[in-house]
Amino acid sequence: MEKKDVVIVGGGPAGLAAAVELYKKGIRNILILEREHHLGGILRQCIHDGFGLSRFQTTLSGPEYAGRFMKEVMDCQIPFQTDTTVLDISSNKLVTAVSRDGLVQYEAKAVILAMGCRERTRGALGIPGERPAGVFTAGVAQAYMNLYNRMPAKEVVILGSGDIGMIMARRLTLEGAHVQAVFEVQPIPSGLPRNIEQCLNDYGIPLYLNHTITKIHGSSRLTGVTVSQVDSSLKPIPGTEKEYACDTLILSVGLIPENELSIDAGVTLDPRTKGAVVDEHFQTNVEGIFAAGNVLHVHDLVDFVSMEAEKLADSAASYVSNGTLPDCPIEITTDSRIGHTIPQKVSGAQDFQLSLRVRSLIKNCRIVVRQNGQEIASKRMKKALPAEMIQLTVKADSILSLDKLEVNVE
Amino acid sequence: MIREFTCIICPNGCEIQAEIHDNVLVSMTGHTCPKGEAYVKQELTDPRRNIATSVLVKGGELPLASVRLTSPIPKDQIFAAMEIIKSISLTAPVQAGTILLKNILGYDSDVIVTKTVNAAYDVAPATL
Repeated sequence: MEKKDVVIVGGGPAGLAAAVELYKKGIRNILILEREHHLGGILRQCIHDGFGLSRFQTTLSGPEYAGRFMKEVMDCQIPFQTDTTVLDISSNKLVTAVSRDGLVQYEAKAVILAMGCRERTRGALGIPGERPAGVFTAGVAQAYMNLYNRMPAKEVVILGSGDIGMIMARRLTLEGAHVQAVFEVQPIPSGLPRNIEQCLNDYGIPLYLNHTITKIHGSSRLTGVTVSQVDSSLKPIPGTEKEYACDTLILSVGLIPENELSIDAGVTLDPRTKGAVVDEHFQTNVEGIFAAGNVLHVHDLVDFVSMEAEKLADSAASYVSNGTLPDCPIEITTDSRIGHTIPQKVSGAQDFQLSLRVRSLIKNCRIVVRQNGQEIASKRMKKALPAEMIQLTVKADSILSLDKLEVNVE
Repeated sequence: MIREFTCIICPNGCEIQAEIHDNVLVSMTGHTCPKGEAYVKQELTDPRRNIATSVLVKGGELPLASVRLTSPIPKDQIFAAMEIIKSISLTAPVQAGTILLKNILGYDSDVIVTKTVNAAYDVAPATL
């Protein structure tokens, strides 16, 4: 059994950024394990541009963005193993993986969870109807088109206004498919405003809010869908049904952190994020197991994934060197208008960045962090959208006790 | 006339209200950086967009190499640019950063490869 300082599970943007940053902090006995044949994760199929504005101050396509980190991994000769699937992580940081060489085990001082997320599927939505071919999640359609050179559609309907769905609306249109409409069950879009503009409006693709698909038709291949309006409790309104003939339904209905391995390791998950509960060091409840990126909470921008993983790596490097990290006994609670925060616990001994999402659109508000009623940090928002992650910095010298921090919208 | 814009330059997606007379910008609110003003002026006179797509690769470990334009071109030229890019085919290996076509349709914009595709025979072994 090989001993490693750090085993990184996943070679996507979070894993790559963590590896490079660990290396820079002097931690060299690292191994990245990646189940695909290539490093880069989902960015390999995200060929559109718009990545990198925060991290690199320039706009890049997904493959180029991943390529920058991959080049650093190569230049630093950071060890990685592709075509290798991690099967188990134990709470004492024994990592079991399988590759073409067979079963391998690593004993790690620290494990970094960087497995990313999965798409929510038709099964999770429970849309009634037949089960024909032609119903794809947006990411699957994207892989067909951008990785395997397969055109999956001619007449398309999209359910869900997630960013990948809108990006696929444009991509399918550019390749000659006809995208009839995007339907969103919620009263507000779930993706970024810029994607509504440049992926839908630019190509005359209508977006219908408060609508959902209530039936799927077709025996071998999809022949059409029934669309209904929904009421304020998101229930379909009888009598509003409309039929759309199509051969393909693309689903862009949410992403779920991929935490099966984390659960095996004894990591406590937060039901709100479906990712781990972490402290300001991105350490989970299991000492020496860290998580960052989409496995922790779904991000809208890869730049923030990389930057979060880099912060994680700074803490993980310090953990490997010192064998411990400061305790984080201060809990962070939220009011009902905030969906969740990352981290959920802090030490109070160092400045930290709070990431959060609101549950619904709130105009002209302030996000306020209080301890014992005393305001210790705030951010003014002209418009707070669930689609946009909000970040603010909390200074250590403003935290005066170990009492909980309350985050409110005011 | 007041026209609304959603700035697409960065993920903030500022919602801009612009007062426009005879297609000339008089005043605007809602933008949070100078790029917003430049975007609205560009939208009024010559709206431009970037596009990303792929080209075929023969003998590669992948069938496609992704490409993009180095700068945006007029919006109404996007499908014409797609046709031109579609006619390009490459032989592996292909290096990210390679310029495939300079000044597409006469604009100051090049078609650039964004993904390295190795030849099928020199695929790296599973362990490095």
